[in-house]
Amino acid sequence: MTTRARVSPPAALARRGRLEVEGLAKTYRGKRRTFEAVRDLTFTVEAGELACVVGPSGAGKTTLLRCIAGLLPPSAGAVRLGGEPVLAPPPGMAVVFQEYARSLFPWLTVAQNVELPLRQKKLPKAARHGLVERSLAAVGLADVPGAHPWQLSGGMQQRVAIARALAYEPDVLLMDEPFAAVDAQTRAELEDLTRSLWHELRMTVLFVTHDIDEAVYLGEQVLVLSASPTVVLDSVAVDLPARREQLATRALPRFAELRAEVFTLIQRAKTYHTAPPAGEARA
Amino acid sequence: MTWYPHRRIRAVPDGLLGPLGLLLCAGLLEAAPRLGLVPAAYLPPLSETAAALADEAAGGAFWSALADTLRGWGYGLAVAAAAGVGLGLVIGGAAPLRRVTASTIEFLRPIPSVALVPLAVLLYGTGQTSTLLLVVYASVWPVLLQVLAGVRDVDPVARDTAAGFRLSWWLRLRHLVWPTTLPFLMTGLRLAASVALILAVTAQLVIGAPGLGREIARAQAANAVDRMYALVVVTGLLGVAVNAGARALERRVLFWHASVRKEAAA
Amino acid sequence: MRMLAAGAVRLAYLLGLPAALIALWGAVTAGDRYLYYPPLDEIAAAFGETWFSARLADDVLPSLGRLAAGYSGAVLAGVALGVLLGSRPRLRALSEPALEFCRALPPPVLIPVLMLVAGIGDTMKITVIVTGAVWPVLLNTVQGVRSVDEILADTARCYGLTGAARLRRLVLPAASPAIVTGMRQALSIALILMVIGEMFASSSGLGFAIVQFQRGFAIPEMWSGIFLLGLVGFGLSLLFGLFESRVLGWYRGLRNARRGE
Repeated sequence: MTTRARVSPPAALARRGRLEVEGLAKTYRGKRRTFEAVRDLTFTVEAGELACVVGPSGAGKTTLLRCIAGLLPPSAGAVRLGGEPVLAPPPGMAVVFQEYARSLFPWLTVAQNVELPLRQKKLPKAARHGLVERSLAAVGLADVPGAHPWQLSGGMQQRVAIARALAYEPDVLLMDEPFAAVDAQTRAELEDLTRSLWHELRMTVLFVTHDIDEAVYLGEQVLVLSASPTVVLDSVAVDLPARREQLATRALPRFAELRAEVFTLIQRAKTYHTAPPAGEARA
Repeated sequence: MTWYPHRRIRAVPDGLLGPLGLLLCAGLLEAAPRLGLVPAAYLPPLSETAAALADEAAGGAFWSALADTLRGWGYGLAVAAAAGVGLGLVIGGAAPLRRVTASTIEFLRPIPSVALVPLAVLLYGTGQTSTLLLVVYASVWPVLLQVLAGVRDVDPVARDTAAGFRLSWWLRLRHLVWPTTLPFLMTGLRLAASVALILAVTAQLVIGAPGLGREIARAQAANAVDRMYALVVVTGLLGVAVNAGARALERRVLFWHASVRKEAAA
Repeated sequence: MRMLAAGAVRLAYLLGLPAALIALWGAVTAGDRYLYYPPLDEIAAAFGETWFSARLADDVLPSLGRLAAGYSGAVLAGVALGVLLGSRPRLRALSEPALEFCRALPPPVLIPVLMLVAGIGDTMKITVIVTGAVWPVLLNTVQGVRSVDEILADTARCYGLTGAARLRRLVLPAASPAIVTGMRQALSIALILMVIGEMFASSSGLGFAIVQFQRGFAIPEMWSGIFLLGLVGFGLSLLFGLFESRVLGWYRGLRNARRGE
């Protein structure tokens, strides 16, 4: 991809942010037993799309995400970001983990946490500071750069993690159940923050969650996974208005329909392996 | 870039790596002097050290030195443990006492116990008592500090409850303070046990009190290199035994305690 | 006024017992009643005469220099080896029993061994300190490196922290609480070994001087040496406390925050 720099920005983004997962499988081999976590996953998230992955608990969602992020080598299949195979964490990808308290460096301040990846990118100081300031402002944390993460509330800590991901200017942002550990009010705020940031920056977002409502509310596309060993059961296109609003959007009849559709799929997902054709038989 | 160390050498199962490492070390200690990598005057081959050890074990002097070392260690540790627990419970149990003694403890604790060597020699000469003085002074601190920390750790709600039921001092000690303090005490004892061994050997080495330390110094002075190494190895084995014993005791006494269960699981 | 009173009470708690103990010593030893326990004023006089003299440059400073050299060597070697072993599980398993033995070996027995190899010069004394004090640093570093949080390590990898940057910005800070614990244990071992090394085989140094006084029955001087050693120990522990609160300020805050939850 030596021509990458010559392509005009939107076209480059269009190519760079495309995430393809093909025939992905992951089997953990222990001494006594092997565990097939992911059997066969194939899907594509187009550049600039916000896709949600939802599945019953224990569906290998985290395994999938770690494989996509290049943190875990898959047993079979491939992940490609912008056409290039992902073998190690690629430079154009940022991850927001569920365990915010464990993913922020406790010995660094908020601003230093956001700045660290930029240092690693060898950005000049002025550029780093500009990015840190802007991304902290974007998540509404302009006033606490000197605090340590553990001095902040859980929601604010997750905002720091999001700011760090944004400042990294990734082509694709992976989010692993990022709001599962914060209270309901904060969660709604963070969902809206995610939507508006995505609107503004138009990067590819893959959002993993176990919450059906959250998946439908946030996504343009919802991928439903089966229970482990995981396969993609179905992909639901979310045709809700682009501007979403907690109360109004959730009150739409279409929202309820989509929600029901995904819910039905999830119910089927739970028993997918024990009784494969159970989907049709379900009352 | 990605690095999976466990994929490299699969040939040896994990459980055998430790013994293999020991064998490698032994091989190195045997081969290095034989091949002339290290002068044999500095480091005799391991087999000669082993032979010297066998010679030692055949004579009575070695066993009485070993017994002296163990006695110095054991008595010293027992006195230190008793003093540490007693002082800790009394001082820790009364807030004013704790405040009064804090600065003194803070000052005395970091004083290196070997500073007392000349005093011990003046008072007790090269006798066993010199060893005891040093061992007790050095190993009372870990016990005392841990017991103090343990007493302070007693749940305030439980303390209030006990006060509400007007439990007697003895009952409170028995059922409230003691169980909370026990894990701390065990840590303190484990630390004290190895400190006591260090100081016992030190006293024998420096002062010349009877024991393995003195034998090592004598072997060194007589240039009996293999004998010296043999005795050094014995003190090391003694150290391993003390550590293992302390850990076993800790696990036995605290089988119900979370930290032990966690350690066992890890 | 009330603050003043509270301050006075704190001061009384701080100095009360030490003052009482000193007074007790003074009362018991007044008038040269005990041969081995000279009165305090004699010790104080001996302290001034003995240590604020040529001995400061001849004995005290060289001792402290060797301590500093040996201790820093032990810390550097311990951290370097600890990082290596902490990040390579198989290598660690291979060396574990051997290390267990080395750690359990009472460090003073190394003095005769090293005398054989390195004589009784500074090299021997510094090597004794290094070889004795390295173990707590090494073992704690291994523990600290092993327990780097997985999520944090994943995060660092995602953001391209590899190699030296990973070591500097992730592994060492994450292991620092454990490393500092090891350094504290190592400091008291290093001080003990400094003294023993000089007592056992030397012609200069603090430990040597104290033993000389004892052999020459210069009792007040001997006591002044014991007090000086105590002061060195206390001073080092104070300095270490400052260092610890600087390096681990974040850790204390983190722990308190977690406990508050």
